Amino acid sequence: MLELATDALTVALTAAGLVFFLAGTVGLIRFPDTFSRLHALTKADNLGLGFIVLGLALQAESWHAVFKLGLIWALALVAAGTAAQLVARTALRADEGGRPTRQAEGRE
Amino acid sequence: MSGTVFDIVLCALILGAALAAVSGRDPFAAVVFFVVYGVFIATAWLRLDAVNVALAEAAIGAGLTGVLLLGAVGRLARLRETAPPARAAGPRLLAALAAGGTTLLLGWVFLTLPEPAGLHAEVGANLAAAGSENAVTAVLLNFRAWDTLLESIVLLAALIGIWALSPDAAWGGRPGMTQRTRAGGVLAQFGRVLPPIGLMVGVYLVWAGTKQPGGAFQGGTVLAAVALLAMMAGRIAPPRVSAPGLRLALILGPAVFLAVGLAALAAGRFLWLPPEHAYALILGIEAALTVSIAATLALMVIGPPQEAP
Amino acid sequence: MTGWFLAAATLLLLTLAGALWRVWTGPGRADRMMAAQLVGTGGVAVVLLLAAATDWAMIDVALVLALLAAFAAVAFVKAETPEGRGDPEDDDA
Repeated sequence: MLELATDALTVALTAAGLVFFLAGTVGLIRFPDTFSRLHALTKADNLGLGFIVLGLALQAESWHAVFKLGLIWALALVAAGTAAQLVARTALRADEGGRPTRQAEGRE
Repeated sequence: MSGTVFDIVLCALILGAALAAVSGRDPFAAVVFFVVYGVFIATAWLRLDAVNVALAEAAIGAGLTGVLLLGAVGRLARLRETAPPARAAGPRLLAALAAGGTTLLLGWVFLTLPEPAGLHAEVGANLAAAGSENAVTAVLLNFRAWDTLLESIVLLAALIGIWALSPDAAWGGRPGMTQRTRAGGVLAQFGRVLPPIGLMVGVYLVWAGTKQPGGAFQGGTVLAAVALLAMMAGRIAPPRVSAPGLRLALILGPAVFLAVGLAALAAGRFLWLPPEHAYALILGIEAALTVSIAATLALMVIGPPQEAP
Repeated sequence: MTGWFLAAATLLLLTLAGALWRVWTGPGRADRMMAAQLVGTGGVAVVLLLAAATDWAMIDVALVLALLAAFAAVAFVKAETPEGRGDPEDDDA
């Protein structure tokens, strides 16, 4: 009984993850410009990966594997955040043919 | 059943990415397709149950070739500003013929060879005496140690070849370019957060390599990638090519490997590992090889010294 | 469960085909690079699903892919700066 419930939860969570990945891809294809596409992709995908990690953690064979799953998600989050920020700045510079304005750059 | 569907979709993606990489006119798009292709290929190795190879492909493809090729595209673009490229049809045709011929040859060999029985049975029977529960590590460091020893020396020779391209005035200096980053910026922070985790993952892969997939090459590649990141983020500068410590790190792996082999020769046979000490010896060789592989791969990607010391 | 994991991994691969289309059409370099980033994250998820379906030892491949996921993007922004060694955050200073 408990196993059945865990399995059902895993299927539900991984399916939710798939939906977010699909949303990210649709955004990547449909959104009109570079910056909205960046926005679609880095958020949706990491949520998708998070759901899949959660779903799989319920099936993991050991705590060791659960720890690795968590580390993988954390690393993917850091990587996506960094990549999005850096690529967006590069695109901004390419767009404006040189230096971005202070305002557009949005420094804290 | 669903495994077959997965494999068909994966093969289609691999072929699509590969064709796009070789047929596109924009070198940048070609490199991005090649990076993507690496992710699919790593997945394909998993489907073939070759987790060791998948690990190596993931580390090389995602960590090193992407950095190397994207750097090359940027450099090419800067070079073209001064000298437009010559468009000669001859060499391109020759390259296409050579690649096409190799593909046909490989296809012919694949289709005509008899189904091999494989060496699973022999490796399995001798695994107990090999000092490693990971069959791939046992083969690489014990049964076919010759290959691995020579490969580690080939890697070193390749680096010497790259260094030979440095201008006389720059010899002895730091390889590559001095990197700049904004202090406290996103890139600098990333270069601060990731290396400790990467160090842990790299060492873990070497350590785990005696029992499960992993090993010196996979761990060393991860360490090389992490060192490159720390350099690109301006956290560390590459050591001078004349630094004694660097030279030591480069030859440590092949030297330890050779020393173990020669000690075995004194006991009877070159590169023979006595079963009772095999585990410790393999771990020692792997550790030394990791240091050398990491240093060699990172320096190969950085390239020769370019600025006067 | 194995059947579901493989089916989910197949569906994920199909969404990655959409990212390949974006790498092909661009138009900007940033678009292509971000599509590759999507394939990286998606690839991590595919490997995790395969690990759950077949062998948990495969999880280390996902770990390596996730660790190195941003490397191509970092190399890209470096190469795009004027001398190939700057920082997109700093070149205007």
